[in-house]
Amino acid sequence: MHKPRITISTLLLATGLAASPLQADTLRLAIMGEPASLDPHKISGTWENDVVGDLFEGLVTEAADGERIPGVATSWDVTEDGKTYTFELREDARWSDGTPVTAEDFVFAFRRILDPATAASYAYLLYPVKNAEAVYGGDADPSTLGIEALDAKTLEITLERSTPYFLDQLAHYTAYPLPKHVVEKYGDDWSKPDHMVSNGAFALDDWQSQTRIEVSRNAYFHDADEVALDEVVYFPIEERNTALNRFRAGEIDIAREFPTQQFDWLKENLPKAVQVAPYLGIYYYALNTRDGHATSDPRVRKALSLAVRREVITNKILGTGEEPAYSFVPPNVNHYDGPELDFADLSQQERLTRARELMQEAGYGPDNPLALRLRYNTSEDHRKVAIALAAMWKPLGVEVELYNAEVAVHYADIRQGDFDVARAGWIGDYNDAQNFLSLLESDVANNYGAYENADFDALMNEAARTQDMDARTDLMAKAEELALEDNATLPLYYYVSRNLVSPELNGWETNIEDIHRSRWISFED
Amino acid sequence: MMTDTAVSTPDSAGDSLAREAWRRLKQNKAATTSLVLLALITLACVAGPWLTPWALDEVDWNAFLTPPSPENGHYAGTDANGRDLLTRVFHGGRVSLSVALVATFVSLVIGVLYGAVAGFIGGRTDNLMMRFVDIMYSLPFMFLVILLMVVFGRNILLIYAAIGAVEWLDMSRIVRGQVLALKRREFVEAAQALGVRSHKIVTRHLIPNAIGPVIVYVTLTVPKVILLESFLSFLGLGVQEPLTSWGVLISEGKDMMETAPWMLLVPSAFLAVTLLCLNFLGDGLRDALDPKTR
Amino acid sequence: MLRYTLKRLLQAIPTLLIVITLSFFLMHLAPGGPFDGERQLPPEIEANLMANYHLDEPVWKQYLNYMGNLLQGDLGPSFKYKDFSVTELVAQGFPVSLELGIWAVGLALLIGLPLGVIAALRRNSTIDYLVMGTALAGVAIPNFVIAPLLALVFGVFLGWLPVGGWNEGAWPNLVLPVVALSIQQIAYIARMMRASMIEVLGSHFIRTARAKGLAETEVIWRHAMRPAMLPVVSYLGPAIAGIITGSVVIEQIFGIPGIGRYFVQAALNRDYTLVMGTVVFYGALIVLLNLLVDLLYSALDPQIRYDD
Repeated sequence: MHKPRITISTLLLATGLAASPLQADTLRLAIMGEPASLDPHKISGTWENDVVGDLFEGLVTEAADGERIPGVATSWDVTEDGKTYTFELREDARWSDGTPVTAEDFVFAFRRILDPATAASYAYLLYPVKNAEAVYGGDADPSTLGIEALDAKTLEITLERSTPYFLDQLAHYTAYPLPKHVVEKYGDDWSKPDHMVSNGAFALDDWQSQTRIEVSRNAYFHDADEVALDEVVYFPIEERNTALNRFRAGEIDIAREFPTQQFDWLKENLPKAVQVAPYLGIYYYALNTRDGHATSDPRVRKALSLAVRREVITNKILGTGEEPAYSFVPPNVNHYDGPELDFADLSQQERLTRARELMQEAGYGPDNPLALRLRYNTSEDHRKVAIALAAMWKPLGVEVELYNAEVAVHYADIRQGDFDVARAGWIGDYNDAQNFLSLLESDVANNYGAYENADFDALMNEAARTQDMDARTDLMAKAEELALEDNATLPLYYYVSRNLVSPELNGWETNIEDIHRSRWISFED
Repeated sequence: MMTDTAVSTPDSAGDSLAREAWRRLKQNKAATTSLVLLALITLACVAGPWLTPWALDEVDWNAFLTPPSPENGHYAGTDANGRDLLTRVFHGGRVSLSVALVATFVSLVIGVLYGAVAGFIGGRTDNLMMRFVDIMYSLPFMFLVILLMVVFGRNILLIYAAIGAVEWLDMSRIVRGQVLALKRREFVEAAQALGVRSHKIVTRHLIPNAIGPVIVYVTLTVPKVILLESFLSFLGLGVQEPLTSWGVLISEGKDMMETAPWMLLVPSAFLAVTLLCLNFLGDGLRDALDPKTR
Repeated sequence: MLRYTLKRLLQAIPTLLIVITLSFFLMHLAPGGPFDGERQLPPEIEANLMANYHLDEPVWKQYLNYMGNLLQGDLGPSFKYKDFSVTELVAQGFPVSLELGIWAVGLALLIGLPLGVIAALRRNSTIDYLVMGTALAGVAIPNFVIAPLLALVFGVFLGWLPVGGWNEGAWPNLVLPVVALSIQQIAYIARMMRASMIEVLGSHFIRTARAKGLAETEVIWRHAMRPAMLPVVSYLGPAIAGIITGSVVIEQIFGIPGIGRYFVQAALNRDYTLVMGTVVFYGALIVLLNLLVDLLYSALDPQIRYDD
């Protein structure tokens, strides 16, 4: 575990540096895309998190296994009603230029990300903070935001209402502090390599667009002498096969993803390097419940779900250890134990019979086949799953028209409701069932199928107001049960994270959020 | 009477020219072999899907990604979805060949008409028309094609018609050159003197005579478009499932070259043989039709 | 000569205008917008963003805006890569693509020309068939198959060369992409050179030269080479265009930060400004290269003069 409170002076740090080995330890990491930015307020991808999470540290941060541990804050008090948090910031928290990290830096960052002018796409994660939604919508002044610097090292955050997952969320990049003195000086250019100052284990040295990002150990980091690596180089590589080949050739030490179809080969040839673990995400198909779509009939939705052989998809089509999904919230979510689809125990034969009956009841059959438009976004795995679904629905007399498009078009169109069934997925923003279930509340932008159930909404609202964790879990589980009964969506499988990690590295621990900070990684001696 | 002879002269000249060329082509072993192979591949793609026991999108639930084996009826193996690869290669050939033919045909029609008109009218018009061709040559062609795919990607034939509409530049230059040379020949002058209308002269005299280089051009454009199609497939802008093409199959296969080599080898073999044959045939036709080598 | 060059440069203006206009409207016709994605922006924020980038205005107005900015040399901000302007991205990517392209054309000429000559001199011999057969294989296999194959064999199995990455254009990183990029061009150039060499060797003045008793090497090097190279030179224009096409693939597979890769990503992301920036740049480049090729042609062929 983390050492609770050590004051490391810069002097000590300097000696620590002098004692570091002569040969620099450089970690070479393949990330799965070119970051849109290194400004934590302008990003939304997991690969950006890999870089930015090494550069910055929030009030709390992630241990090697993803557990939340104190970050910039050393301790905190929560009021009885769960609405007010008071954080003590560590005395030795410093930016990479030596300036102390103050409570004001957090206030500045929170106001900036919620400022409509910043147009941060992920700002909604901070909605639990008092007035955040109003500020983001331009209806309230940023100064009314529920965050206040009581003094240089004491920070108070007020919430709209008690939010059990709020502390976990503070490790996310939307809640990082920003160096106020630098941002005010350089404006939007502050995140460029020449100007950027950060408070994490590493500091930015260089960014060659589409080539690599180089960071080196931040001497001012409070835990710098525990950081083994001298440098980290991130290579953005979109082609997963290229990443695999570069890993095999020893050009990179960690690849943050590998192609599914190579899994068998990898297990045989690089068994020590393959790291597969459950991931906080659900791969599902949105079913359009809007009027005018056959899928607005719950019987049709249920029949479609019944006819899908999830085990075939996970074992034969993907085969990377994914688990078939019979619920919307993935297993292993913190403090949650949810229901399953009611047919999970039936055999495939029984399911198919039931599906046929339902289709007949709904008025479809060999004489009146159901024509469905299935949409998916361009990707090898999505394509394979879509093809398999079409083949699995064929025995029901369903004629599927496959329609694929690039990500931008896909999501723009399905939000408009222009589909019958559509591929979708959700990776949890934070480890809580609410983050998944809220996708099925009426009038939520990401509720692609426009599922509407007043009881569901009521349960979710009640859960949001409930402080007692067990009661809250029960309410959400009841809500999920309703959604599953209605077959609001068609869950297919729970994601797994797939990494290639050189066996020469220590400190890599798989975790459900697939968060790996380089400060915990070291080379074997 | 006079008109008839004037018209029939080039025709019969064309006839004998064609016969002569055919005779010469038949002597070229590489070209004739290519022609036979091409015919066989085309036949396989047209008839093949009916002969294999599997449908294009039929999934064999017992055979995911299995290597070629006569025992389970998948003579070229199956893909990651358990679909018969040979069936898909035949279907893919239909798509690849037909998009190539569509694009070539469109480029041919535009190019021939444009070139013939420019060459025939001559003077300022010719100058202007050819200047326009020069401008078109400077377009970043590939970028425009990608943009076209992004905009109209759903309709594959439309796309290739559009590609053909950009590909006609070489063709128009070739035809214009031919027409300029032919225009000075006697039979055209005779027809003009006899008051035969301009468009008739173009369609009945000039075009038949320019046909040789045009055929050669076609045999070179078809492989170009087939490669272009595969390139677009690589970028993820290929045909939609369940349809497929050689380009799509190859770009699926390239990621599995170690684990499932048949997925790369089978469609690649079809593509490579087709392209090689078209090239040999083009060379053979050029030799057979080129008056200089006569 | 100077007048001709100037005239050609003037002609480039309508060309570029067509390119820009066409791409601009095609891009805006494409379904989906730069801010569509997996995570939905709240409507107010999206409206805010659209207004920021003037995307809420009618397309014709955006077009005029763009042209106005372009005249001032401003290519605008990238929608996707927020830390860079389009000018910066193009300035970073272009030298990379150029270096790759120059090496590839150079290699194609260096290998293609001699192969063609050898095949022509030993016409219909085993060597001819061998050379041409190999060259043709380059035409018959798409380069997105050749590239990963090379990476697998020389990078992974043999470990001689890096599998990918750019590394500021260090030569080990250059070898595989350049080879993969030039293979197709080698094939075209060798075939063209062979055909034109055969034609030249059969012409009167070569026969005369031989009749005079000149040594065969002298006949070939002093008399035949120059005219035989003319078609190849005029092919360089299309060759360069072909290299650009190929570089889109090669840059993607080897992870090279060139401008072709930007273009494809930008087109798929609907990053309007970046698409336009790369198109403008490539358009200008092609115009320039075509001009260079024509000038080179006139230098090689004394019969052509660009006087008017």
